[in-house]
Amino acid sequence: MPNITLSINQQSYTLTDLDARTSLLDVCRHHLNLTGSKKGCDHGQCGACTMIVNGRRINSCLTLAIMHEGDEITTIEGIGEPASLSDIQQAFVDHDAFQCGYCTPGQICSATALLDEIAQRWPSHVSSNLSDPELIDVQEIAERMSGNICRCSAYPNIINAIQQVIDNRGIGRELASQGDADIGAKVDRDAAQIWSPPPSNIHHPAAQAPNPPASSQVGDAQ
Amino acid sequence: MKPFAYERAATPTQAASLAQAENAKFIAGGTNLLDLMKFEIETPLTLVDVSRLDLVDIESTQDGGLRIGAMVSNSDLAAHPQIRQHYPVLARAILAGASGQLRNKASTGGNFLQRTRCYYFYQPDSPCNKREPGTGCPAIGGEHRELAILGTSESCIAQHPSDMAVAMRVLDAQVETLLPTGESRRLTLDELYRLPGDTPHIETNLEAGEIITHVILPPPLAGMQTYDKVRDRASYAFALVSCAAVIDADADGKLNTVRLAFGGIGARPWRDTAVEALLMSSHGEMAAIQQAVDKLLINANPHPKNAFKLTLTRRLVTQVIQRAIKAAQDPQSPSFAAKDK
Repeated sequence: MPNITLSINQQSYTLTDLDARTSLLDVCRHHLNLTGSKKGCDHGQCGACTMIVNGRRINSCLTLAIMHEGDEITTIEGIGEPASLSDIQQAFVDHDAFQCGYCTPGQICSATALLDEIAQRWPSHVSSNLSDPELIDVQEIAERMSGNICRCSAYPNIINAIQQVIDNRGIGRELASQGDADIGAKVDRDAAQIWSPPPSNIHHPAAQAPNPPASSQVGDAQ
Repeated sequence: MKPFAYERAATPTQAASLAQAENAKFIAGGTNLLDLMKFEIETPLTLVDVSRLDLVDIESTQDGGLRIGAMVSNSDLAAHPQIRQHYPVLARAILAGASGQLRNKASTGGNFLQRTRCYYFYQPDSPCNKREPGTGCPAIGGEHRELAILGTSESCIAQHPSDMAVAMRVLDAQVETLLPTGESRRLTLDELYRLPGDTPHIETNLEAGEIITHVILPPPLAGMQTYDKVRDRASYAFALVSCAAVIDADADGKLNTVRLAFGGIGARPWRDTAVEALLMSSHGEMAAIQQAVDKLLINANPHPKNAFKLTLTRRLVTQVIQRAIKAAQDPQSPSFAAKDK
């Protein structure tokens, strides 16, 4: 069994005789008493275990600790303390962006890295322009946070909390000043306050389109 | 999870050599492999960690294409300026898949090799010809709503789950590999992926120890590019049907180039150039689209719960072609085929 050294929240931890099978999440929770990161599904589906590794958010349940020697790992414990909350943590408090709180560490780690992705102008699935993603709006935040599930369904408040940080950090204004003439006009803050999930049906015009004439040749299922 | 020996490879050559060990697996992002190992569906005796190999560059090739390192993350690939500008269908396909966290971890090489999400494959106590050859396929006659209708066999109707690979297929990408002998070779995706036949457990033509080191993209294509994905929820779900398209049309609506690849319906990323030929030189009339889709689906083998994919595929092709023509006729139209031109 190998010995490894991990750098977590700018602190060095040496683990002796670590079972190679141990996930980064289990190392933190079971070996290092860093229990802020939560285990929801343990299969990369819920996002409760989200940590930031080398500046990128990842599912810590789906990676082996042994693969992370030399990496800079940040868990929720490294983001803020009760007496010195990060702006995102404070925004979650301001907007009551949780109920049971189990998913919240993952939501906050995810949102923390998300804001860097936005600052780097990474596009998303809902960006209408890939080369020059427009100002981040409610749909953009919802899409970019889709890897974090909240069983209490605090989504509207989570989105409002993240929107508040985007506004306070001036990421939106910064983007608007980069020459997109229509960006300011695109934002409707009143509308942005109200988020409702898209209808839970198949999300494509093709799924709602009138049925084209069926072909008998392929035994169209109608 | 079963125990395994862990080896970190310093070079691709060393990785290929280490992976010749009995039941060895490469691990890069691990987002699919570790999931499968937790269920003991994958039980490698040796894990060869390739995540730190120096295969993270995206370089121009002499002919004007790109050579992408296999360890480039899905996020970095989708965000790369050259990909966004010249291969938008690829950026779109990647961004339509998984979640931000998974795209940050998943590698380009690994994305090609992710395994089907068929329920029975994922259920260790269930028979499955892909997981345990010869045990049968309960998906046929069972739950198969998400599964394939093209390229399937009596042994297996699993679908290939990748979005990225569908865009790679439409772009005629090739994978560059390194063999333990030190030889390198290039495979088209139709050469990489096998159809299930009666050996669904053998999914690729990669040899023992052979590692994907790069992906080669040919020079950018003229025309509009889109990736349309129909799924059960708006984000973070696999495709029921998806379509990667590169379409070049005249202002009068005549289709000069049509390339279409499909996800969600095939045992591998699906492309049929004979279908495209039926659309080229047409003006996207309904009759031409009908004929093309008929050709695409002529050998389809739907089952009761996934026969809706026939209709959905028909509608999706109609949508994509008509939208591309509309965009060509009116470049200012809000049709989203135009936006990534």
